[in-house]
Amino acid sequence: MNNLLVANSVSKSFGDFKALNEVSIAVPKGSIFGLLGPNGAGKTTLIRIINQITMPDSGEVLLDGLPLKPMNIRDIGYLPEERGLYKSMKVGEQVLYLAQLKGLSKQEARERLKYWFDKLEIGDWWNKKIQELSKGQAQKIQFIVTVIHRPKLLIFDEPFSGFDPINASLIKDEILQLRDEGATVIFSTHRMESVEELCDHIALIHKSNKVLDGKLTDVKRQFKTNTFEVGMQSSNPEEVTRMIKEKFEVFPATFKNLNDDIKLNIKLPQETSSNDLLSFLTSKAEIHHFVEVIPSANDIFIQTVKNN
Amino acid sequence: MNHLPLIIKREYLNKVRNRSFVVMTFLSPIIMIALVAVVAYLSQINNDKKRTITILDETRVLAEAFENTEHTTYTILSDTGYETAKELVKAKEDFGLLYIKKSSDTLNLVQSVNFYSDESPSVSIISNLERRIEKRLSDIKLQNDGVDIEQIRASKTTINIAQETFDGEKTSKIDSYLKLAFGGAAGYLLFMFIIIYGNMIMRSVIEEKTSRIIEVIISSVKPIQLMMGKIIGTSLAGITQFLIWLILGGVLLFVVSAIFGIDLMQIQSPQQEMINQAMASSDAQNIAQDLITGFVNLPILNLCVAFLFFFIGGYLLYSSFYAAIGAAVDNETDTQQFMMPIIMPLILAVYVGVFTVIEDPHGTVSTIFSFIPLTSPVVMLMRIPFGVPIWQQLLSFAILVFTFIFTVWFAAKIYRVGILMYGKKPSYKELFKWLRY
Repeated sequence: MNNLLVANSVSKSFGDFKALNEVSIAVPKGSIFGLLGPNGAGKTTLIRIINQITMPDSGEVLLDGLPLKPMNIRDIGYLPEERGLYKSMKVGEQVLYLAQLKGLSKQEARERLKYWFDKLEIGDWWNKKIQELSKGQAQKIQFIVTVIHRPKLLIFDEPFSGFDPINASLIKDEILQLRDEGATVIFSTHRMESVEELCDHIALIHKSNKVLDGKLTDVKRQFKTNTFEVGMQSSNPEEVTRMIKEKFEVFPATFKNLNDDIKLNIKLPQETSSNDLLSFLTSKAEIHHFVEVIPSANDIFIQTVKNN
Repeated sequence: MNHLPLIIKREYLNKVRNRSFVVMTFLSPIIMIALVAVVAYLSQINNDKKRTITILDETRVLAEAFENTEHTTYTILSDTGYETAKELVKAKEDFGLLYIKKSSDTLNLVQSVNFYSDESPSVSIISNLERRIEKRLSDIKLQNDGVDIEQIRASKTTINIAQETFDGEKTSKIDSYLKLAFGGAAGYLLFMFIIIYGNMIMRSVIEEKTSRIIEVIISSVKPIQLMMGKIIGTSLAGITQFLIWLILGGVLLFVVSAIFGIDLMQIQSPQQEMINQAMASSDAQNIAQDLITGFVNLPILNLCVAFLFFFIGGYLLYSSFYAAIGAAVDNETDTQQFMMPIIMPLILAVYVGVFTVIEDPHGTVSTIFSFIPLTSPVVMLMRIPFGVPIWQQLLSFAILVFTFIFTVWFAAKIYRVGILMYGKKPSYKELFKWLRY
């Protein structure tokens, strides 16, 4: 069994509104799975179904190959996008309470809480109320609440919002470490640079339908256009550019380079390989820069959403 | 996994430790007692006020009617004119002048009595004066007809009907008042409890919604568990508060009346007056006896058991509504439109209890309302001291339980959907739709 979580054609309607339409995803064990989609696409509904907050109208969700049961809530840690803690409750008590709701004993919860307090450099907050903490501090507490019961599956909805860059990177490292320790992570975000950085698998939901999924590298391969970014030096740049333009489809390119006269994006027809282009170019100019243009997650997101 | 005890504990501790809860718990009895003490003190001052009323009696036969009392002194004038009397009253700063004009027919003074004063006198002063004149006039009339007043006075008797059921149970008027007091107290207590702590539950649901913790909690426990935990936890906090009030109130009342020597029992409520009137007709020994037999005659066991069940049943029924309302809205101002349908049956129940049960505890109206689940807890509790057949109590309670199960199901549905809905001000139509999600 390589997939920790599998959703099979899950549908959910609210009245006349179809929030999810036959959505299937498979989250491989030990992966960081990016769940992407524009606002209102149905991500939150899917996450809530995985958390058993709402029940699907049809379809099923399997965890470790078995249908979700109420006891599975202790296998899942969920950090909702809308953060919230009891404002007037003390930090220590609150985390203990929430950890106990996830099935930890009080003693266990206390020990693990100490561990996390040390790790996230949280000192004497035990007796502080949430309303006395800053937003970032409260976020740290929320993060601890999410992971304290060492769930197999972690679901983070926009985990970095509200953190300064230092704390964001601290949390990012914690997420990666949890992954390395065996947890599987579902990661829902609109920040494509963190998708790029963290996710190995993605699924894109748009207007209640899954429109794209797979390994991030596979998806990128699928979206690449056989375009190369080239930087060259020549005594006669206009002439060289004209010759290239005659043979290939060309777009202007911008990248940082020391002293190239010619900067171009060159799109090759399907049957032409990069070596063909290289041998064509070597005879014309001195090549300094030659990179295949790989579509960014951002490009893929925008393109997919627009085309649907 | 059953998290209910954990949730109850949190809700309870959270309420009990809340600063405003603590302040309210300890301050309200003090404020209440202080209020009672102030009212008692003021009414005492009011009673202590002495006033003098000057009477100008041109008929010369009514002077006998005005005997000085503790608070009122009467000065009788007879040979002065109205103008002189007026000046005199003004100079002495008397309370007022009662002017009885000479009339051709001394025994028919309907038009010829006037009262003059700076401030307009209270109703009780005027009716007191009227009563005195009326009595004196009727005495004179009787005398003129040759009747011996002393004989009439001597002929006055008081009667106290001893009541007994065919089964041999002795009852009395005191008994009825006692029953009324017990039933009324039980019904009213429930009413207050529902309003105060139902609102508390509602606020606590709204708080969870606005602080957005709800999604975290709901990913760990079932909504119905959270809702029941909330209701039970808050109720326990409420019972704690009530007990503290009871004890503190009792102690404070004792202390205050001991220190200030104010007889708090002097403040009379209408009910007490009724009791006093009832008491006035029998002598003190009888009253004590009646009180004791009244107590013994009360279906104490039935009362306690029924109180427990109907109180819990009624309270849970209403609090599940409150929880559902809290879940449906985003903030307290939006709750108004949903409050009316909850408050109405409650108020109706109290009115039915106060007006109908007193008149006729086993009449059609009282009986019907003691079966309708939304009013039955209050009305039935008021009826029970008068003796309600067990089958009626059981039937009413069964109806209550069935309704309760239904409303909890209904509330849980709304709760489940509502707690995750933001930014919408729901209509009844919307709520109905949620039932099918």
